[in-house]
Amino acid sequence: MSQGTAETVVPVPPVMLRHRRHRVDGDRIFQCLAISAGILVLAIAAIFLLALFVPALPAIREFGLGFLASRDWNPVSLRFGALPFLYGTVITSLVAMVIAFPIGIGAALFLADDARLPFIRVPLSFAIELLAGIPSVVVGLWGLFILVPLMRTSVEPFLSHTFGFLPFFQGPYSGSSYLTAGVVLAIMVLPILVALSRDVIRAVPRSLREASLALGATKAELTWSVILPYARIGVTGAVLLALGRALGETIAVTMVIGNRPGISGSLFAQGYTLPSVLANEFTEATGKIYQGALFELGLVLVSITIAVNVLARLLVWRFKGASEASVV
Amino acid sequence: MSRVALRVLLDQLVTGLIILCIMAAAIPVVILLLFVVIKGLPGITAPGFFTDLPHPIGVPGGGVFNAIVGTLVVVGIASLLAVPIGTLIGIFLSEFGRNRVGYAVRFVSDVLTGLPSIAFGIFGYTVLVATLGHFSAISASAALAVLMLPLILRATETALVLVPNSLREGGLALGAARWRVTLQIIVPAALGGIVTGALLAMARAAGETAPLLFTTLGNEFLQLNPGRPMGTLALTVFKNALVPYSSLQDQAWAAALLLVLIVSVTNILARVYVRRVQR
Repeated sequence: MSQGTAETVVPVPPVMLRHRRHRVDGDRIFQCLAISAGILVLAIAAIFLLALFVPALPAIREFGLGFLASRDWNPVSLRFGALPFLYGTVITSLVAMVIAFPIGIGAALFLADDARLPFIRVPLSFAIELLAGIPSVVVGLWGLFILVPLMRTSVEPFLSHTFGFLPFFQGPYSGSSYLTAGVVLAIMVLPILVALSRDVIRAVPRSLREASLALGATKAELTWSVILPYARIGVTGAVLLALGRALGETIAVTMVIGNRPGISGSLFAQGYTLPSVLANEFTEATGKIYQGALFELGLVLVSITIAVNVLARLLVWRFKGASEASVV
Repeated sequence: MSRVALRVLLDQLVTGLIILCIMAAAIPVVILLLFVVIKGLPGITAPGFFTDLPHPIGVPGGGVFNAIVGTLVVVGIASLLAVPIGTLIGIFLSEFGRNRVGYAVRFVSDVLTGLPSIAFGIFGYTVLVATLGHFSAISASAALAVLMLPLILRATETALVLVPNSLREGGLALGAARWRVTLQIIVPAALGGIVTGALLAMARAAGETAPLLFTTLGNEFLQLNPGRPMGTLALTVFKNALVPYSSLQDQAWAAALLLVLIVSVTNILARVYVRRVQR
């Protein structure tokens, strides 16, 4: 980055001083305009948080911290708790990361490796960037009509028969489940994970790679003992950004998770997540408490994603060139 | 087995695993697109798909004209709001942003980029829908504009920073004021990146569903007044997918194909454009 001309203004020759005042005014207006536009972002962010917090107040007053630990969700008796949704959000995102992490890092290693043939790398890069652009509702449609039946008729029976001794592969299966939602999320976060990790891995200095190869390391050893340790922090940031995406993904999850507020140890069970309960109930909610409870769910969701994102930014910012804007 | 042979074997194993990974990452894209094309093609080529309004359940035929108009209006107004402001903020960050305000703006906008899209819907609901007392297309546009803003401003900043400093210095040396240098030299030089950023943000906004659920709500009829609820393509996909009628589900696939086409063409155009400008 090589900006910073702001402070290094060329000294003005005395002859031009008569015109100078005129110019400074134009500059000042321009600068004020630019700075106020910048401050606008901060104002929008503040309004954003207030727009969630203020309507959530009735529920926060009513339920206190117990809201986070309660399993109730009953609009009739006005008893609300966030636990089933928190659980669903965390479980589906975890499943997604367990699937996406190894695949994403492997794919990023492939795409960042200049030795691979460009006529394979370029179209693959392109395909993955294309996936990043596919609207989540389309992924959800595909999940609902293609993936859910597939999970019901083959994947879940297979897991149940083969790994049925594990507690999270037990119980009846219907296709709509935490597991299916996790798979859909994995597909959706892969592009971000791959693109960001690829940029981070690219940023590993060439001299390090060459030195390692010159010492006789195989490619696997180069990857394991030079590239991955060097890129560790940046890759962690990429994983966290992908996790932030998974936690907040709404429409696609809503279409495949079954939307049943409950807590089950089995990944085959139907569940609910924070964003999907918002999508389903928000416009139908009546009364200050019910609406407030939904706003509070939104507040919980935003707080979690902000925390994950801030952490991720602090890690990814160290690496030049890795910007999420280049993915979306 | 000798140590060297073991290392070579391990190396080949890792290479195989990496190739497996890239295939696992790429194959879902292909499958997904394949299904959208196969399932959507009959619907999108049906007569009246682009020109008719949705028919009541049970009446065959019908189209998504209202949703196409709605998508154009909602995204259009959002872009009118977000593109000028976002570009201006990008200019601020690149030309005047080496200070605390600049870093704060960068950080906040990056965090905004990572927020779930449904949160923008809640924002639009509280700020506009609840205040106005009814759902409307403009509140959806406002929510989408806030969603697009951080994307546009970061793209603009990145494009402006790439402009060589010699251009700035040349302009200043000729006696031009900084605002003139910025608007007449720097911005035109970075136009490719700025346009690309705006196009990508528009594509992203066109595909969003979650923020629209709380703001424009959807509409089965043609609505041209942005102050009233409008339907959009993404909402059509979502709503028709959850209805147990196969004719409506087919329409969901067709609308999904149209949406994917719009978004992908915009994406490809943006990337091709930036590549051509960079050369």
